[in-house]
Amino acid sequence: MNDSLSLRNRLNTVVRDIPRSGIRDFFDIVTTMKDVLSLGIGEPDFDTPWHVRESTVFALERGATHYTSNLGYLELRQALSSYVRKNFGAEYNPDNEVLVTVGVSEALDLALRAIINPGDEVLYHEPCYVSYRATILFAHGVPLEVSTRAEDGFRLTRAMLEARVTPRTKVLMLNFPNNPTGAVMSRADLEDIAAFVKERDLLLITDEIYAELTHDGAHTSIVSLPGLRERTVFLHGFSKAWAMTGFRLGYACGPAPLIEAMMKIHQYTMLCASSLSQKAALEALTHPGPELGNMLDEYRRRRNYLAAAFADMGVDCIRPLGAFYAFPSVAKYGLSSRDFALQLLQEEKVAVVPGTAFGACGEGFIRCAYATSMDNVKEAMRRMGRFIERRQAHGQTH
Amino acid sequence: MDQLLKVLQMNALESRENIARMLGLPADEVARRISDFEARGIIRGYQAILNEDQLNLDKVTAVIEVKVTPQREGGFDTIAGRIARFPEVKTAYLMSGSYDLLLFVEGTNLREVAAFVSERLSSLEGVLSTATHFMLKTYKRHGILMQQQGSDERLTVTP
Ligand SMILES: Cc1ncc(COP(=O)(O)O)c(C=O)c1O
Repeated sequence: MNDSLSLRNRLNTVVRDIPRSGIRDFFDIVTTMKDVLSLGIGEPDFDTPWHVRESTVFALERGATHYTSNLGYLELRQALSSYVRKNFGAEYNPDNEVLVTVGVSEALDLALRAIINPGDEVLYHEPCYVSYRATILFAHGVPLEVSTRAEDGFRLTRAMLEARVTPRTKVLMLNFPNNPTGAVMSRADLEDIAAFVKERDLLLITDEIYAELTHDGAHTSIVSLPGLRERTVFLHGFSKAWAMTGFRLGYACGPAPLIEAMMKIHQYTMLCASSLSQKAALEALTHPGPELGNMLDEYRRRRNYLAAAFADMGVDCIRPLGAFYAFPSVAKYGLSSRDFALQLLQEEKVAVVPGTAFGACGEGFIRCAYATSMDNVKEAMRRMGRFIERRQAHGQTH
Repeated sequence: MDQLLKVLQMNALESRENIARMLGLPADEVARRISDFEARGIIRGYQAILNEDQLNLDKVTAVIEVKVTPQREGGFDTIAGRIARFPEVKTAYLMSGSYDLLLFVEGTNLREVAAFVSERLSSLEGVLSTATHFMLKTYKRHGILMQQQGSDERLTVTP
């Protein structure tokens, strides 16, 4: 029987020992229940803008069904290069400094594998996107997490990094606007980080997938700061602001030697990103319509609603400034994040993600995604208010 | 456009309190600004958007292109104003291109609309010609698709 083969013991030990994503685990519980109102979804509720979908159908009719260049269609790389120059303030040569990938997910994996030697340390900040730690481990790197804190608005500071860095540290990974906290970094915040990166002679991977979803004020990219472009892999994609998650399209920009190394892995493991998705992305960039602005407006209204509702029910939450997540503290209700989320699910059928899915320092917090209709946001807040009221009444009688 | 007007255009029934939360404004300011928009005539009314095809009404809608001669004083506005006052005319626009006015006219049946066109509209001084098209089916109105939309296909929890 399979047991006698002891397949588990034959697995690669790194893969075997990585726990399943905390999100996956929670998802399995949620799917056993019916009629759940979910604030647990980390992808836009909006449909992909119609002109993008329509032109993808056209591309399919026209026969864009072949392998593309490993780097991606040149026309797309040119459009990406000019988009990044205009919106992020860094120049990349479309011929050898832009790589089109299967989502930011693949780009992240390529960047780490291209840079890391076994044992090299990678600094990253938690709470963070669930893949970061695992992706570092798959690349045989050593993850060095730095905990950001609610009292700093979940921003990363130089002092936090200084406390953790060692001579074996090779890379710093950044993600702002942040999943799951909704935190953003100001130019001044980034300047401190940039100085640290340069002084320590580190490489930088910056995941700016939520850049367009910045609510109060404009997004600043760390690549636009002096001396950073030369040592940075900039990652972006179409999943979030363009509501194109299923297209699986992302890209990396960086100095030619880094992109060349990433391309080598991509060439042998992925060959190229989907031709149709590349056509879709090209349409999205070359014919920008009102859709992105309308989606951003709606996210902002939901963010405002959520923040006001939390304030009304006495829940502490740093103001979410970007992406489509709020990360309120639930520590004062005397339950772990996981128990809070479980009881909220059982009693009120509202799904949120326990903060611990995003790193141990997420204990005491829950992630509420507002990538769901305003009606759902309103109803979820009504139910959460009721739930919190019971917890408080409970707390007082004991 | 003004964020408050955008919210009202999406759902005019939204409570003042909810709008206040969405826009980060005090509720009494929202109420005050809405009254102000109403007083200034910027907000002209509130209506439900119906899928009339589902109601099997005794009703037809005609889209009518009208060519007119502009008046010496008042240009198109005088004649357009006279036409727009008929209760049968639900919507009226001044257009560029090969005709001048575009009307949406409602009646209980074809004959009634035809009578309106021949007896009321065409006989008005200044109306040169009309072309009448009957509407067969509504796919989208005021930005809202009339077909039932599919349910949310997303997984309930994702990273
Ligand atoms: C911070 C962050 N990076 C990357 C991704 C993955 O994006 P993609 O769909 O481009 O692979 C996500 C998705 O949730 C994310 O939140």
